[in-house]
Amino acid sequence: MIDPSVFQLVCFYAFAAVTVIAALSVITLRNSVQAVLSLVLAFFSTACIWMLAEAEFLAIALIVVYVGAVMVLFLFVVMMLDIDQEKLREGFVKYLPVGLIVAVVMLVEMLGLIGVRVMHTQTMGVNPATAAGMSNTAWLGMALYTQYLLPFEVAALILTVGVIAAVALTLRQRTGVRHQQASEQVAVKASDRVRIIKMAAERPVDSQPASAQESKS
Amino acid sequence: MGDQILHQLIIPILLVVAVVLPLTLTVALYVYWERKVLGWMHVRMGPNQIGPLGLLQAFADVVKLICKEVILPTNANKFLYYTAPLLALIPALAAWAVIPFGARFALSNANAGLLYLLAMTSLGVYGIILAGWASNSRYALLGAMRSAAQVISYELAMGLCLVCVLVLAGSLNLTDIVNAQAGHKGILDWFMWPLLPVFVVYFVSGVAETNRAPFDVAEGESEIVAGFHVEYSGSTFALFFLAEYANMILVSFLASLLFMGGWLSPFPESVPVLGHTSFIWLLAKAFFFAFLFLWFRATFPRYRYDQIMRLGWKVFIPIAIVWVFVAGCMKYYGWVHIGTGG
Repeated sequence: MIDPSVFQLVCFYAFAAVTVIAALSVITLRNSVQAVLSLVLAFFSTACIWMLAEAEFLAIALIVVYVGAVMVLFLFVVMMLDIDQEKLREGFVKYLPVGLIVAVVMLVEMLGLIGVRVMHTQTMGVNPATAAGMSNTAWLGMALYTQYLLPFEVAALILTVGVIAAVALTLRQRTGVRHQQASEQVAVKASDRVRIIKMAAERPVDSQPASAQESKS
Repeated sequence: MGDQILHQLIIPILLVVAVVLPLTLTVALYVYWERKVLGWMHVRMGPNQIGPLGLLQAFADVVKLICKEVILPTNANKFLYYTAPLLALIPALAAWAVIPFGARFALSNANAGLLYLLAMTSLGVYGIILAGWASNSRYALLGAMRSAAQVISYELAMGLCLVCVLVLAGSLNLTDIVNAQAGHKGILDWFMWPLLPVFVVYFVSGVAETNRAPFDVAEGESEIVAGFHVEYSGSTFALFFLAEYANMILVSFLASLLFMGGWLSPFPESVPVLGHTSFIWLLAKAFFFAFLFLWFRATFPRYRYDQIMRLGWKVFIPIAIVWVFVAGCMKYYGWVHIGTGG
């Protein structure tokens, strides 16, 4: 007899192990394309873990947004770059102390955060979506667009500002570039391009053969 | 114990086989139909030698491809080179899990079906990119780059079109979406009328997303030989081929389910026999869309690359964004009849 909860636990540990291994190989693999692919795997198995936790919307959104779009662009850039691995490794020793300090500070901060959370042991309430008898996606949509409408709109506004800023930063006005104007191309008529002239058929003045003319001149 | 294994393992596997096997057969016959239709449109015969009416042509091609040697290019990344076709095929087949074939038959009647579909279709691009990169070939890499940019751009437009549909239907479940198009007026209740611009945008984006003519610059035979799969031979090529055609059929099914009422009859319910809902209606609609793919291929010349990008970003996405707003108004003011049961 397979106990569903035991099976779920086994799945959780399997996905978690894959996530950790993939995350580790992101920083250990030499080849940058393989590193990006490991990151994709890490995202994918994280999505699987979230799916186990019944957060179906977040899980699928992670795949659609990060795996399906962001990482594809990432891969795109990494594949185009011709990265010189040796040059990158030169600075390794130089930056090692700085890197270690940052890592230690981050570790202490994380441990502190976990410690604070442990002290305030709060039990998780029941899943609000199940309590309301709705699917996870429907409940999340309902909560975002009613209770949290203002924060949601503010977040959307900040993202829009980010998009406009990115466009403004990279926009260059270049002179001498001839852009294609699709509307003009569609609106063009045959009469604008070709002139058809009616004319009478012309005849040679004398009907001597061409070879005779050549020999004369 | 035996009972549990039967219900949790054997029946689901049988159901999956019941979907994937006909799908593979359909792909074979679709390839035959494509060559036949293209032939007729070019005033040729098309395949007519193998089997009655040339029907076994596709199967002969499969046997030929399987018997061929799989060549590994020099300095190719071996692992990724062999996984790329699988990465293209697996999402293409996995997406079929949530497609309902009738009011009561779907492998998984998932509540977030539409989201799942978006996720699966967005994964397919990895197969293409990795195939291009792992082959260690300039042509393949160029094809992969073109395809990646194109698929991402058109996915946005496609996603916005799906938003319009789910705003009207009020559900992400595909069965519910079809049921929302039921009504007393038959064809007039389908979402294709209130969402007409989005319907067109969706299908054209679907053609672009599957890298089919006139948007097939990823393969661009006349410029980059065959793009991302130029180095693939034999059965690995066959897998890419299968994935591409499975995706085309998927887009055809989705267009019928989301906009043309799936298995609902175009006639009002009061009409005898023809007014009944049936699986055959869904098949007929999907067949129509699948035929459009071939018709496009025989009709339109290939778009230039910058024109494809222009169409996606400057035409389709604005139209879809405006129509999301219009769909919201339709729903809020109740301009559209939304059915409840099939």
